Amino acid sequence: MTNEDIRGFIENAIKENKVMLFMKGTPQQPACGFSMRTSGALNALGVKYAALDILPDPRIREELSGLSGWPTIPQLFVDGELIGGCDIVMEMFESGDLAEALGVEQPDLDDDDDATPEPGELPQRQSGIGLENRLN
Amino acid sequence: MPSAEELRERIEHALPGAEVRVEDTTGGGDHFRAEVVSDRFEGLNRIQQHKLIYDVFGNEVGGAIHALSIKTQTPGEGP
Repeated sequence: MTNEDIRGFIENAIKENKVMLFMKGTPQQPACGFSMRTSGALNALGVKYAALDILPDPRIREELSGLSGWPTIPQLFVDGELIGGCDIVMEMFESGDLAEALGVEQPDLDDDDDATPEPGELPQRQSGIGLENRLN
Repeated sequence: MPSAEELRERIEHALPGAEVRVEDTTGGGDHFRAEVVSDRFEGLNRIQQHKLIYDVFGNEVGGAIHALSIKTQTPGEGP
């Protein structure tokens, strides 16, 4: 697989999936705390999203960051636009802006802690669409 | 290995007048959290604000700086 193939795959994934998360690991098994919190926020909102694990090939991250101009992982795209990394996504989750951007209801959040969702928490009715092996 | 102090100075140098706090979140010299208040962020969205901070460190983010968590605010947004 050439770098051009990988870049094309990434561009396609961003275009074809309304909510597209590039992360380390998978929503079920995040491999990094930042990716875990970001996918956890999407899970808490109950939205469908596609997730791509960037770890299987270092070129995925290189091409993704080249494309987005964003140096870190995770990266969340909605409607083809980069929304942000973990910090921005969590800020938007806590303020309700993320729910608004995704067109869903803001869930009731516990007041006794910060609003970080439980690790790996997945709603029953959906889970991230596994794109993670398609680059192998 | 970068230090929180070094990161703070470099952000302040890049964004003169900014109020900058940098914490080494693990004590290991590779995971940092930066909180920056600057009028340079006026009129920029969060993505653009964070990119201004990332741009200070270029390829070091993801390299020597494994993780850089960022919180940006304009002076008007302050707590």
